[in-house]
Amino acid sequence: MDTLNLLLGGLGNALTLENLLFAAVGVLLGTFVGVLPGIGPAMAVALLLPITFGLEATQSLILFAGIYYGGMYGGSTTSILLNTPGESASVMTAIEGNKMAKRGRAAQALATAAIGSFIAGTIGTLLVAFLTPWLADIAVDIGAPSFFAIMLLSLVLVTAVLGSSKLRGFIGLFIGLTIGLVGIDLSTGQARLTAGVLQLADGVDIVVVAVGVFAIGEALWIAAHLRRAPIDVIPVGRPFMSRDDWGRSWGPWLRGTALGFPFGALPAGGAETPTFLSYVLERRLSRKSEEFGHGAIEGVAGPEAANNASAAGMFVPLLALGLPVTATAAVLLAAMRTYGIVPGPTLMADQPDLVWTLLGALLIGNTLLLLINLPLAPLWAKLLQVPRPQLYAGILFFASLGAYAVNQSAFDIALLLVFGAVGFAVRRFGIPILPLILGVIIGPLMETRMREALDVSDGAISGLFNEPLAIVIYVLIVLALVVPPILERRGRGLVPGRLDDTSDDRTDESEVRR
Amino acid sequence: MADALTPRGPAPVQVDRGQYLLAGALAVVGVYTVIDARGLNVGFGDPVGPRVFPYVIGVGMVVLAVLLALATARGDVAQGEEGEDIDLTSPPDWVTVGKLVGILVLNLLLVNIIGWAVTGALLFAGCAWALGSRTLVRDLLVGVVLSVGSWYGFYVGLDVPLAPGILDGIL
Repeated sequence: MDTLNLLLGGLGNALTLENLLFAAVGVLLGTFVGVLPGIGPAMAVALLLPITFGLEATQSLILFAGIYYGGMYGGSTTSILLNTPGESASVMTAIEGNKMAKRGRAAQALATAAIGSFIAGTIGTLLVAFLTPWLADIAVDIGAPSFFAIMLLSLVLVTAVLGSSKLRGFIGLFIGLTIGLVGIDLSTGQARLTAGVLQLADGVDIVVVAVGVFAIGEALWIAAHLRRAPIDVIPVGRPFMSRDDWGRSWGPWLRGTALGFPFGALPAGGAETPTFLSYVLERRLSRKSEEFGHGAIEGVAGPEAANNASAAGMFVPLLALGLPVTATAAVLLAAMRTYGIVPGPTLMADQPDLVWTLLGALLIGNTLLLLINLPLAPLWAKLLQVPRPQLYAGILFFASLGAYAVNQSAFDIALLLVFGAVGFAVRRFGIPILPLILGVIIGPLMETRMREALDVSDGAISGLFNEPLAIVIYVLIVLALVVPPILERRGRGLVPGRLDDTSDDRTDESEVRR
Repeated sequence: MADALTPRGPAPVQVDRGQYLLAGALAVVGVYTVIDARGLNVGFGDPVGPRVFPYVIGVGMVVLAVLLALATARGDVAQGEEGEDIDLTSPPDWVTVGKLVGILVLNLLLVNIIGWAVTGALLFAGCAWALGSRTLVRDLLVGVVLSVGSWYGFYVGLDVPLAPGILDGIL
């Protein structure tokens, strides 16, 4: 019960009036930005980074906890009311949620999403509180070779296993790794890839990369393909659920949480897989499975819970290993670094107060999210009608402001534009962004570990394989690369068939709308 | 890049020429990474040195560029990213993108001379105009509120003085 006491202590720290205010502001800002079309949680966090510059570490973490959960929730509102999900994790929510909204059940869809997110987020955060210290304890003893292997595993999983094209995944990863190389090599003090530009010596600020790739790249890409026809937004009242809806939702909420958390906590990256699995599972289990494809509430409740549980699970590798597994986690890691907080095995021992306060803040933020957002839902829905020129002009404004404010230097705005161009290109060529961002963050960490390991072995390559854990992980990496293609070749099994099912539904729908 | 349209429906081998451009750019970056790494000194008693990682990344990049070029020749076509406000059926609107980039560059050049409070407002109004807004006066007013507001927000709230520029002393 030690953990419980520590968590209560953290809650107590987070529960001052001032901190509650920060949590509430974070939740509101996060939802506000997350609801806006075209802005996912990662972009929301990146855009809002500069406003935390003047705050102390604890308060800014609390603000971020709110922004993070708020941004996730905002994204699901958008996908339910617009049927065009902003990020891949909301695809499943959009399928049933939008059908529900069209049948006049938008209020129930939003309610089951909000309450499901709350339950999944709360259970998930509690699990984080119990698992992180345990994992950190183990991780302290993990040597450099195994750490290197773990990072390689997470990059391989994100790059090759998720996403449709391995080639494009690896291109994204290598672009990110190259960006990560820029700057002074810490152990020899020599500049790499700076082309003699002094401002690049400290490396490229991940905030500038994230804002450039997410905000500028996205805004330019949208500008090139802006939908001129108005998009129909479904009006919504105050969310509520009937007794029947509750009865049909609680099972999916819990099952979704159980599916989502492990996927978030393992370095498998992303909520795509668990939301998809949850959708398929609920369709099998539902007594009203004929409703699926026409707005079944289980199909919103399960995937939304899975989405949020994996969002919480992501904190386990982030806090215990210093390893981000989603784009948002990468931005959060960057935010923590600006405060001199280095997530990793030693964080739990060095700054326990901070971690427990953060976890307490996550619980509070999650609760505030439910309390604030249920009544505000009709207002958020109106945000979807923001005129697009002003919306994207605003994104470009705040992105430039954010990059400029980091060092008050115009050079950073130039860098921002360069990464904006990169962001545009990867969207044009269908290159996934997650491996790119993780490459920027994890690349330098990996190099440090690799050199540590090889220094010990005096350069012999065996230095990377001299821990049993490392070998186990290399075996996993090989399996992750080899098994899925084999399964796919054998009979085009379960998964692709199911995916085709749902995508057929979606094309039918869009044709009807046209 | 006029062929950047995402093709629809079945067609004989489609060649996405834009992808050759990308492959070329990746190859250049990869080669540059390797050349840059060759200029690094490996310190005494440092068995690995700062070169290994860039070598691996640079060579990997070149290999990926070749693979991409091969895939393109065989008819691999990029599927552009979709989103709430994106309509991939229309051809890309380079004029709008050009205007936006121009405005962003202008802001970059002028921000330290005439100050964020002015360039920020122009940035917002200009971008809105480029994206098709025709309420210029309202956009300018909103822009002024945003830029002056953010200037004071950073100055008072966070103690970060953004460039005051020509409004030095007035703000």
